[in-house]
Amino acid sequence: MEDQPPKPIKELIWFSLISTSIKLLLLPSYHSTDFEVHRNWLAITNSLPLSHWYSDTTSPWTLDYPPFFAYFELFLSLFAAKIDPTIVNLHEGLNYKADSVVYFQRITVIVFDFVLHYAIYRITRKLDSTKRRLIWVLVIWSPALLIVDHMHFQYNGFLLGLLLISISALMEGRDLMGGFFFAVLLCFKHLFAVAAPVYFVYLLRHYCRGGLIKGFGRLLMMGLAVVVVFAAAFGPFVYHDQMLQVIHRMFPFGRGLCHAFWAPNFWVFYIMADKLLAFFLRRVGFNVHRPTGSFTSGLVGDSSPFAVLPQVTPLMTFMMVLLAISPCLIKAWKNPRPRKIARWIAYAYSCGFVFGWHVHEKATLHFLIPLAINAVDSINDARHYFLVSIVSCYSLFPLLFESREYPIKVTLLLLHCILMWFGFSIFSESIPTNSKKDLQKKNDELRAEEDQGISEKGSLGIGWIYKSYLLGLVAVELWGQFLHPFILGNKLPFLPLMLVSVYSAFGIMYSWIWQLKWIILYS
Amino acid sequence: MGSKKERKVIIIDQNDKNPWWWLLNKGFGALFLCISLFALLVRLAVSLHPYSGAGNPPKFGDFEAQRHWMEITTNLPVKEWYHNSTANDLSYWGLDYPPLTAYQSYVHGIFLKSFLPESVSLFTSRGHESYLGKLLMRWTVLSSDILVFLPAVFYFALSYSASRPRRHQSDVAWLVAMILLNPCLIVIDHGHFQFVLTHQVYVIFQFNCISLGLTIGAVAAIISSRELVACALFTLALSHKQMSAYFAPAFFSHLLGRCLKRRNPFLEVSKLALVVIGTFAVVWWPYLHSKEAFLEVLARLAPFERGIYEDYVANFWCTTSILIKWKKLFDNQSLRLISLVATVSTCLPSMVQQIKDPSNKGFLYALLNSSFSFYLFSFQVHEKSILLPLLPASLLALEEPLVFRWLTHFGLFSMFPLLCRDRLVLAYIALLSLFYLLFYAPRKKDSGKIRSFITFKLLVMSLLVFCSFVLHVVYMVMNPPKRYPFLFEAIIMSVCFSQFVWLALYTNTKQWLLHKQPTSLEKDKKLR
Repeated sequence: MEDQPPKPIKELIWFSLISTSIKLLLLPSYHSTDFEVHRNWLAITNSLPLSHWYSDTTSPWTLDYPPFFAYFELFLSLFAAKIDPTIVNLHEGLNYKADSVVYFQRITVIVFDFVLHYAIYRITRKLDSTKRRLIWVLVIWSPALLIVDHMHFQYNGFLLGLLLISISALMEGRDLMGGFFFAVLLCFKHLFAVAAPVYFVYLLRHYCRGGLIKGFGRLLMMGLAVVVVFAAAFGPFVYHDQMLQVIHRMFPFGRGLCHAFWAPNFWVFYIMADKLLAFFLRRVGFNVHRPTGSFTSGLVGDSSPFAVLPQVTPLMTFMMVLLAISPCLIKAWKNPRPRKIARWIAYAYSCGFVFGWHVHEKATLHFLIPLAINAVDSINDARHYFLVSIVSCYSLFPLLFESREYPIKVTLLLLHCILMWFGFSIFSESIPTNSKKDLQKKNDELRAEEDQGISEKGSLGIGWIYKSYLLGLVAVELWGQFLHPFILGNKLPFLPLMLVSVYSAFGIMYSWIWQLKWIILYS
Repeated sequence: MGSKKERKVIIIDQNDKNPWWWLLNKGFGALFLCISLFALLVRLAVSLHPYSGAGNPPKFGDFEAQRHWMEITTNLPVKEWYHNSTANDLSYWGLDYPPLTAYQSYVHGIFLKSFLPESVSLFTSRGHESYLGKLLMRWTVLSSDILVFLPAVFYFALSYSASRPRRHQSDVAWLVAMILLNPCLIVIDHGHFQFVLTHQVYVIFQFNCISLGLTIGAVAAIISSRELVACALFTLALSHKQMSAYFAPAFFSHLLGRCLKRRNPFLEVSKLALVVIGTFAVVWWPYLHSKEAFLEVLARLAPFERGIYEDYVANFWCTTSILIKWKKLFDNQSLRLISLVATVSTCLPSMVQQIKDPSNKGFLYALLNSSFSFYLFSFQVHEKSILLPLLPASLLALEEPLVFRWLTHFGLFSMFPLLCRDRLVLAYIALLSLFYLLFYAPRKKDSGKIRSFITFKLLVMSLLVFCSFVLHVVYMVMNPPKRYPFLFEAIIMSVCFSQFVWLALYTNTKQWLLHKQPTSLEKDKKLR
C-alpha cells in the first residue's frame, strides 16, 4: 500500500483546489466591463419576461450570447437575488460595485470552473501518470485562463469545459454524446461554431457509417439530438416571435474588422501592409487618400478604412476561415480517427482566430486549451505548445493594464514558463520509449547523467529561432513598459500595444502554420 | 500557479510513484526558483486585499505609520529621528523600532520620493493614500521579502540539507515551501499592514520579513558553523525589531555551550562578544555620541507605560485575567518584574539544555521554546508576535510536522478576530486552505510516521479542529451577548492559549529528551 501512487482523482482535486485558492486570493483584483455586462444579464434575466430579454436596452451591455447562456444567468440570478437584491435590479444595479456582487460573480466563475476540471479528468484518466499531471498543469493552472476568467472576468473555464467534455466523448468513440455536448456548447456561446464544420464532417464520416441504412439511421439520431438541443434553446424565442431580434443581437456585424486592441492574427499584417504601402506610395508621389474610417469601429459600408488594399468584408473573412479549415476537413473526411479529433478542433479554432472577423484576443483560449491535450504527445508538440502558450498568454497582457496587476501577470507567466520547461524537458527524455521498462531504464540513465551534472540532454532543446523570438518578447515588453514612456513620453501612445500585437501575431501565425503542416503530413 | 515543486518525492527511477519527479531533477536552485515564484505570486495576490486603517483618520494605521517613518527619515537629520520636536511629533506614529528599521524606512522613503514626492513630504503627506502611493508601499514590502527573506531561506535550506545528507531533496523542497508560504507571515506583512483600535495604538509588525529573514540567516550560519556571521546577523535582526529578543536566549545559550566545549572558551566568547558589540556600534552609531540620545532611543523602544497585555492575546496574562485580575492586584512596576521572572524561568530549562549539550537540532528546539516563553509570559505581547514562535516551528517542520501544523492552525486562528476586523477573511480562508493543501501535497510517502498516533489523540485533535471551525463561523455570524461583548474573543483566546501551552510543554520535553536519543541509537547498533 505504501508504494501506491495517489489516486488520480485525489490528485486532481488537489490540483484544482490549489488553483481555487489562488483564484480566491485574486478575487479583489481588477475586473473589466465584462463584469458589469454579466451583472446586467443577471438583472435582465431575473427581472424581465423571456420575451424581452433580447430587446432590452436599459444598459448598453445588451444580452448577446445564445439562449442557454441566458438561462444560465437566470439560474445564477436566483441565488444572486437571495444574496443581494440590488444585483438583479435592472436600474439600481447599474454599475453596482459592492462586495456582495463582486464576491458572488467571482465565486460563480470559480465554481463553474469545476466543469473544466472534470472534463480534463475525463480526457486524462487513461494516460500515464506523468503525462496526466503535465496536462493538468497546462490546463488547470493555465495563466491565460486565470487572467481572462478570474481577473478580467468571463466564464471561459465553464464553456471550455463543455468543449473538452465533447472532445473527450469523441475520443472515447461516443460520438452521439460528443455531438450533443457540442450542440449544447453552441447554444451557450456561438463563437465556438468555428469548429462546427470539423464536427459535421467528422461525425458524418465516423458516426454515420456502416451501410446506407444504419448510417442514415445514425444521421437521424444525431440530427434529432442537435435539433432537440436547439429547440430547447431557441424554442421559447420562436414562440415569442423574437428570433430575428435574437439573431440580430448575436451577430453584431456592425463592429469593425479588429477589436480595440488588435488580436494578434493575420489582419494585423494586412493592416500594417496597408499602412506601409500607403506611406511609400505617398512618398513616391501618388495621391493616396487618407482613410476616414478606423479599423476598430468602422461600420460596414462606410468608406473603407484601408488606403490601398481592398476592403475586407465579413463574408470574405468567413470564406478565408473556411478555406483555411478545408485541409483538415479533407483529412477528416478521408480518415476520421478519434485520436486526431482534438488537434482538428484546435486547428479549426486557430483558423477562426487567425482569419476571423472582429476577433478578440481572449479567443486564443479556444485553441490553447484543446492544444494542451496533445502537448505531451511528442517532443515537437511540446516545443510548439511551449511557444504558443507563452505567446498567447503574453498577448493577453494588455487586458490587465493597471499597474497593480502588473507584477501578478508577469509572475504568472514566468511560473508557467518554468513549469512547462521543467515538465517538457524531462518528458522529452521518455518520449521515444513508451513501455514502462524502457522508461525506467531511461530514468536510470538520466540519473547517471545527473550525477555528472549533465541535465542538458533532458532539456527541451528549442532552437535559436525560438530563443531569439522569446527574447524579443521580453524586449517588446521592456520597451512598452519602461523605455517607451522614458524615451518618447506621451508621443505615439498606441505604439507599445501595436508592437505587442504585431510581435505576438508572428508567434500565432507560426503556430497556425505548424498545425497546418502537422495535419497535412501526419493525419 | 505553480507550487508544486514542494512535494517530496523522490528518486527518479520511481518516477511513477513520485508525482513530482519531473520538477525535481533540475537541481535545487531551479526548484527553489519555482517555489519562490509561487510564494511571490501568493504575496502579490494577498496585497490586493484591503489593509486596515485605510481611510480611517485621524491616525489611520500601520500603513500610515510606515509611511510616516519614511516621511520623517527622509526629511529630518538622523539625530532627530527619535527626538520629539515640532517637525517630529512623536505622539503621531513616532518611531518605536531600533535604528535599522529607521534606515530601512529611509531607503524606502527615497524610493517613494523618486516616484511620488508628495507621498513623503513633511506634514502635508499625513494620511496619504493615493493609488500609486499604496502600490509603492506594497512594493517596498515585496522587495524586502525578495532581498532579505528569500536569500535567507535559501541559505538555510542549503545549510540544512548539507547537515543532513540523508534527506531527500524533495523533503527540503517541501520545507522551503512551508517556510515561504507560511500563511501567518504573508497575511501580516502583505495583508494587514496596519491596525488601529479606538483606544490603543498597536505597534505594527509589517516588514517582519526583514528581521525574520535576518534571524533565519543567523540560524543557517549556526547550522553551518559560522558563529561570527551568525552573531552579526542576529545583532542586525535585533537592531531591526526588538522582538527578535524572543530568540536571544537560544542564541546566547547555544553559542555559549559551543564555546564552552572548545579548548579556549574565554577567547571564543570574547570573539563573539566583539562581533556583537561591533555590529551594534555600527548600527547605533548616530545615537552613541551622548548618553541622552541613546537613552532617548531606548525609551522609544520599550513602551512600558502600556499595560501588561492589551486586547485579546492568547498568552498567560491575558487568558488568566479572566479569573485573576492582574492589573488590579499589582501595579505596573511589579507586573513588569513578575513577567520578567516568569519569562526567564520558563525559558531557563531549554537554555540549560543548550549550554550543556549544544546541537543543531537542539538549537532549533531552543529557539522555539524561548520564543514560546516570551510569547506566553512577557510584558506587552501582541497577537502578531505568534510569528516569532512560528518561525522556528517552520524550520522544524520536517522533524515535527504535527507541531508545525498545529501551531500554524492555532496561531492563525488566534489572529482571526484581528483579521476579521481588517476584512481579510477571504485571504484568511484562501491562505489557510493553501497551507493545508501544500502540507498534504500528494507525494510519495516515505514512511507512515506522520500518521502514527494513537486513535484517542486523533480523536481529540479532530475535535479541536472541528471546534475551531465552529468558532470561526460563530465569530463571523453571531452577535455576542450584550453583557459579554468580547465573549467570542475570550473563547478563541483560551482555546489557542491551551494549545500553545500544550505545544510548549511538548517541545520543551522533546528538547530535553534529545540527548538521550543517540544512546538509544547506540543501543540499536549494539543489538544488531
